[in-house]
Amino acid sequence: MTNAVLTGLVLGGMYALIAMGLTLQYGVARIMNLAYGEFLIGSAFASYFLFTGWAVNPLVGLIVIVPVSFVVSFLLYKIFLTPLVRRARTRDALEVDSILATFGLMFIVQGILLTMFGGAYFSYSFLAIPVTVVGEVLAMNRLVAFALAVVLGTVLYLLLTRTRIGTSIRAVAVDPASAPLVAINVPQLSALAFAAGGALVASAGVLISMFLTFSATSGVVFTMKALIVVVMGGIGNLMGCLVAGMLLGLSEALVATYIDPGLTIAVNFALFLGVLLVRPAGIFGRGGR
Amino acid sequence: MGSSTKRRAVGLSVGLAMMAGAATIGWGDQAQAQTSVKIGYAISRTGPAAGGAAVTSIPNYELWVKEVNAAGGLKLGDKRVPIEVVQYDDRSSAEEAAKALERLINQDKVDFILPPWGTGLNLAVGPILNKAGYPHLASTAVTDRAPELAKRWPNSFWLLGTSADASKTLVEMLVKLRGEGKIGDTVAMVSIADGFGIDLSAAARPALAAAKFKLAYDKTYPVGTQDLGPIVNEVKALNPDTFIAFSYPPDTIAITEQARISGFNPKVYYTGVGTAFPLFKQKFAANAEGVMGIGGWSGDSPAIKDYLARHKASAANGAEPDRWASAVTFASLQMLQQAIERVGKVDRAAVIKDLQTGSFDTVIGKVKFENNMPTNYWWVGQWQGGEFYGVAPSGNAGARQPILPKPAWKTQ
Amino acid sequence: MSVSQLLIGAVSLAAIAGLAVVPSLVDAYHLALGITLLQFTILATAWGLFSGPTRYVSLATTAFFGVGAYTVAVLGEQLPWPLVLTVAAVIGSVTSAIVGLSTLRLSGVHFVIFTFGLAELVKQLVVWFEVNKSRVLGRYIFLDITQQDIYWQLLALAVIVFAVGWLIARSRLGFALRIIGEDETVARHCGINVTFAKVALFVISAVFMTLVGAIMAPRWTYIEPSIAFNATISFEVVIMALLGGAHRVWGPALGAIPLTLLFEFLSARFPNTSTLIMGVVFLLIVYALPSGVVGLIEKIRQFRRGSAAQGSGT
Repeated sequence: MTNAVLTGLVLGGMYALIAMGLTLQYGVARIMNLAYGEFLIGSAFASYFLFTGWAVNPLVGLIVIVPVSFVVSFLLYKIFLTPLVRRARTRDALEVDSILATFGLMFIVQGILLTMFGGAYFSYSFLAIPVTVVGEVLAMNRLVAFALAVVLGTVLYLLLTRTRIGTSIRAVAVDPASAPLVAINVPQLSALAFAAGGALVASAGVLISMFLTFSATSGVVFTMKALIVVVMGGIGNLMGCLVAGMLLGLSEALVATYIDPGLTIAVNFALFLGVLLVRPAGIFGRGGR
Repeated sequence: MGSSTKRRAVGLSVGLAMMAGAATIGWGDQAQAQTSVKIGYAISRTGPAAGGAAVTSIPNYELWVKEVNAAGGLKLGDKRVPIEVVQYDDRSSAEEAAKALERLINQDKVDFILPPWGTGLNLAVGPILNKAGYPHLASTAVTDRAPELAKRWPNSFWLLGTSADASKTLVEMLVKLRGEGKIGDTVAMVSIADGFGIDLSAAARPALAAAKFKLAYDKTYPVGTQDLGPIVNEVKALNPDTFIAFSYPPDTIAITEQARISGFNPKVYYTGVGTAFPLFKQKFAANAEGVMGIGGWSGDSPAIKDYLARHKASAANGAEPDRWASAVTFASLQMLQQAIERVGKVDRAAVIKDLQTGSFDTVIGKVKFENNMPTNYWWVGQWQGGEFYGVAPSGNAGARQPILPKPAWKTQ
Repeated sequence: MSVSQLLIGAVSLAAIAGLAVVPSLVDAYHLALGITLLQFTILATAWGLFSGPTRYVSLATTAFFGVGAYTVAVLGEQLPWPLVLTVAAVIGSVTSAIVGLSTLRLSGVHFVIFTFGLAELVKQLVVWFEVNKSRVLGRYIFLDITQQDIYWQLLALAVIVFAVGWLIARSRLGFALRIIGEDETVARHCGINVTFAKVALFVISAVFMTLVGAIMAPRWTYIEPSIAFNATISFEVVIMALLGGAHRVWGPALGAIPLTLLFEFLSARFPNTSTLIMGVVFLLIVYALPSGVVGLIEKIRQFRRGSAAQGSGT
């Protein structure tokens, strides 16, 4: 039992980690980023090459990859997405436009990865050592990823709730139309939130590359996982991300251990659909809109 | 209402213009004078099958074409004719693969076609190749229907055999090891919920039961499972002598990683597709030692050693071939080449006939089809000293003795 | 009936007749291309039937498509073909009715992700059932159905989907749906049975998708969940329909046809870099055609009408 719970928590932490960036990008910057998973895989490749090519510890690699991703995402928003935000008259229109645009972006990033690395699988070993936690053996790399997910989540949460800029960001998330009335620079904050999301997805990509096998074409899996966690937790809500991620992780581990590993993904989706039926706006979402 | 006619007319003309545009694409010169042999293939550059195609199919297709053309081309009668390649991306979709092949046949009018990667896609293109009378050397498809398909489509050759045969050979090896007192009765088996895993486990189940093995664990997991920890931990608690995982590459890696971390070290440790990949050796290094998996080759044979060196020199980033379907794929191309050269002209019916009846010298040794299938397969391989040697069936030329029990995992 | 309506009728009939003789004129490749074009035209149009007026973006296309394909895989060799199609349509409508009824409370992106999850759930359940109950994964379909048959069936289905779309747009149901799309609360106050209207349309749209899956299945010989429930189809259909413009019956087709040809062209010309180029082309389209092909056409018409109307003062 402890084992299943621990595995579930660690897995859930990973899901939450994957989803945190998207909840910022989608919840605040209003960009439904279908290329999200491609950015994750891109950082995984970056980490792979830093590690295998120059023997750079992935945790050190974070220091390089995360800021790069922040800048790239910021520019991306400023150059490519701002025109869409400007021309969109309604939120629905922006949703459609951002789906279309980031779908194209997804192809581009994937195409670049494919030309650079081909379609083969990649994997490397880092911190793949056993650690014993409450009498149960877990993989160090997964544990580190979990710990960092918790740290990132907490820092982000504090930033959002305790600082002025964080409060402004939340204001944009709640009501982008009224935020300018209280002198909030919505375009600037949206760009920041999108970039912060990019930084988060990069860190997720680096951490995940330590223990998952990936290829240039596996991004979409992560995009969908992230979307599910985000929607299930309530869009733009970090706490929701964490809770939804944990729920999915725990259910997956418990079902695999006690019912049937063959049903894990089905149960995940059933849980997701069930939550949405009971609370259409997600666990922490505000009802109606 | 006149405006609506106009709308429709605009739509129609846009569509027609595009269609006309598409129709002209790919109309090359039609090699009537046989100044070149046109070889076409549609392969998964993108999508879920891209990972397999990138390791097993594409490098071998490219290596073969490069080598043939370096030698001046295919020998037709008394002159050599270079190969010209036409290739498409099937985006890992059965529909796209079917369409691409029809395009190769009808638009590009290629002389021969190399198969797509994977069981599903090979089956999807089977009827098309059959109808058009092209030889179909399916070198990356494992299906229990292979004998039946070979009858239905006499132009098709199934080089990787059937999953029933794979499971039977594995169980025979286990019986032999048990007879030698090297392993006990308990077996734990997991399989991926996809065609490959299901076929193999379905064949292994009765075979294990018939051989009076005790199947302590028998579960499947879905494609895309992110953490196989719960499965490995549960299996470890059962302490089986033999562990069988009919898995796909990402899970093969993940299960092995988890087994190493959990210290789960059964006497026989067997994983599925991906064990024979160079990635496995690169990732686990010394820890690969003693791991068994599907496939294998006679790593001591000079032909294989030579092939390995040529492959490394030719492929992007010096990639090595996998130790299962890669060599078979390359052998299938050699067979196609020898058949074409024996016939001496682009006569597909004669080439098919020659493939059915002739015998061929390839990197995997002498091959002769019986009922459109080879007579020897490697079903169990084992990493021994950095090479993945075939260990079963033990009657195959170059088979090595399995190392048992599997050495303990080392911490890295 | 006015002269222009008769004219439209005559032109459409001629077009249908023209398309019907295509198989005897072209080679197998162009036939295959025709099949793909029809497939996506129907899927995108059917998608637009529901999503156009209601503005709900559904990613469940592949769920229904896959249900149709699987029905054929299971029953194809046991029942006569028309019966197989009927069964597929029934299963598709029952599934979609259940889904429709359970998703009513959702809107916006929640609906999007829900429908995606639904497609995955159906796929996983089929996998689990096949693995644990029937112990086969991957079914073989050996039916005596030629490519021409598939083409003609799709053509007939295309005609029906356009006819149904045309009828709905002119019916009370279509009017009700447009009001729902504009504002659901207002629709309720007008006394429109919102639930019924939405579910009815969702079911109609899903039945078409199911039938496309069923008709296409014999083309592949072999069906497994990853082939039948290919999530890419859902995305492609959404993109095509949105690009064409989903608020007109004929809009989605204007996205489906050029995009299918574009994909075909790119994967043929640039097999190694097609993904990259596809992405670039895609972005160009998004920025250059802000309101889809339909929007562009309407703008041109407005411009023309505007310049023509200046004289008459309307």
